[in-house]
Amino acid sequence: MKKIYFDHAATTPVDKRVFEKMVPYFTEIFGNANSQHAFGREAVSAVDEARDTIAKLINCKPSELYFTSGGTESDNWALRGVANAYKNKGNHIIISPIEHAAMLVTAKALEKQGFKVDYMKVDEYGFVDLEHLKSIMTDKTILVGCMLANNEVGTIEPIAEIAKIAHEYGALCFTDAVQAAGVLKIDVKELGVDLMSMSSHKIYGPKGVGALYIRNGVKVDSIITGGHQERTKRGGTTNVAGVVGFGEAFKIAVSEIDKNFEYVSGLRDHFIERVLKEVPYVKLNGPRENRLPANADFSFKYIEGESILFSLDLAGISVSSGSACSSGSLEPSHVLLALGVPEGLAHGSIRFSFGKHNTIEEVDYAVDVLRDSVKRLREMSPLFKIQGDIKNV
Amino acid sequence: MYNEKVMDAFKNPKNVGEIENADGVGLVGNESCGDIMQIFLKIENDIIIDAKFKTFGCAAAIATSSTATEMVKGMTVKEALELTNKKVVETLGGLPAQKIHCSVLAEEAIKKAIEDYQSKKA
Repeated sequence: MKKIYFDHAATTPVDKRVFEKMVPYFTEIFGNANSQHAFGREAVSAVDEARDTIAKLINCKPSELYFTSGGTESDNWALRGVANAYKNKGNHIIISPIEHAAMLVTAKALEKQGFKVDYMKVDEYGFVDLEHLKSIMTDKTILVGCMLANNEVGTIEPIAEIAKIAHEYGALCFTDAVQAAGVLKIDVKELGVDLMSMSSHKIYGPKGVGALYIRNGVKVDSIITGGHQERTKRGGTTNVAGVVGFGEAFKIAVSEIDKNFEYVSGLRDHFIERVLKEVPYVKLNGPRENRLPANADFSFKYIEGESILFSLDLAGISVSSGSACSSGSLEPSHVLLALGVPEGLAHGSIRFSFGKHNTIEEVDYAVDVLRDSVKRLREMSPLFKIQGDIKNV
Repeated sequence: MYNEKVMDAFKNPKNVGEIENADGVGLVGNESCGDIMQIFLKIENDIIIDAKFKTFGCAAAIATSSTATEMVKGMTVKEALELTNKKVVETLGGLPAQKIHCSVLAEEAIKKAIEDYQSKKA
């Protein structure tokens, strides 16, 4: 059976060009980037090159870019680092309710340390309510954090406007660009953000490497203390091969950004059109405009997401479920609940995220399988008949 | 995460559907929790001669519904009341820890269907 991968928001395969570029850094150029000898200098020059490449492409100075182990570490560092560095100025942090767990769980941990966390409202498509944000800003607010694009429903947030509001009140603005960097054109100066998280493995780079942009002048306490790596801000031997791969992946992603956007969003739009036409009682979550090109997220009425996921899996199609059952908790997706999707419907949600290697044939096959799977599961569902009778559907 | 037995029961579930004029019907769970199980029993001389189900839930919920209905067929009402979720899990060759509640739901749905039968009889 052919395996079809529609879960690119979870991770992507490493681009072969990226892999080729990385290979020598495992065996030949293996030096510790912190060492002063020839081996170390070779390694550090590769790391510098990757840093220069990425910095230039997001329009920051290389000295403003710090490599980390990935998006989660970058989010943790931004949130904890700013909170601790500015705690004498204020204890108030505002984030969106649809952030990644790396932010939400970290914010909860900060609350236990005495910080006060408030959540900006989002509308039914996931867009931040800017007026509400203004209304909850205080002179104690030190940080406003919002993802650039949502991982589950694809909403692209008005970060430049959020940053403006944050700065009007003297707060810093952080954005988690893990889903967006390399997919959307990003210029940190235009966005006006003070900190930004990025990840490599969402853009055909290796796992285990990411970055945090920290604008010069912004104070951030270290959370990983140790050696002098990353200008003493982040200890730990540099993942040289990973950083080289990240740099190459980012370079390729940006150079092919228009081509990939057009191709992937074309697949996605075709998929959405067909699903809306051929599968009854379905709701597209998130907006049609200002949406990540790869993302399609649907709630299927009367059935549960994990059973859809495994029905597709049995047909060779890999997707992701925002449903409780697959994550091991009993709560449905916090993102869908924040968008006002009713709990029952939120349980029946599936995220499809397409990639540059997918084909239109794969998409068409997936719609066929999806339509049949949904029908089969509905025939098994007591809700279909009960609610069907009541609502005459 | 699921073993082959569970996936097979999910892929080809037995006893899907409803029984017209069932002698006992049990409905448990709720939509907001993501699991609803409805079990229909046909009972003659205190023996379960047929069992069917309808389930809204994950793969494990569907698999346990299939297995539990299969297990109670041919049982006396007394035997079916003694069917525990543990036995359903054992028959399926195990379930991931966070899915045990699905088997509990199956046990409860059968108990409720039998209660329904007994209350109708009384």
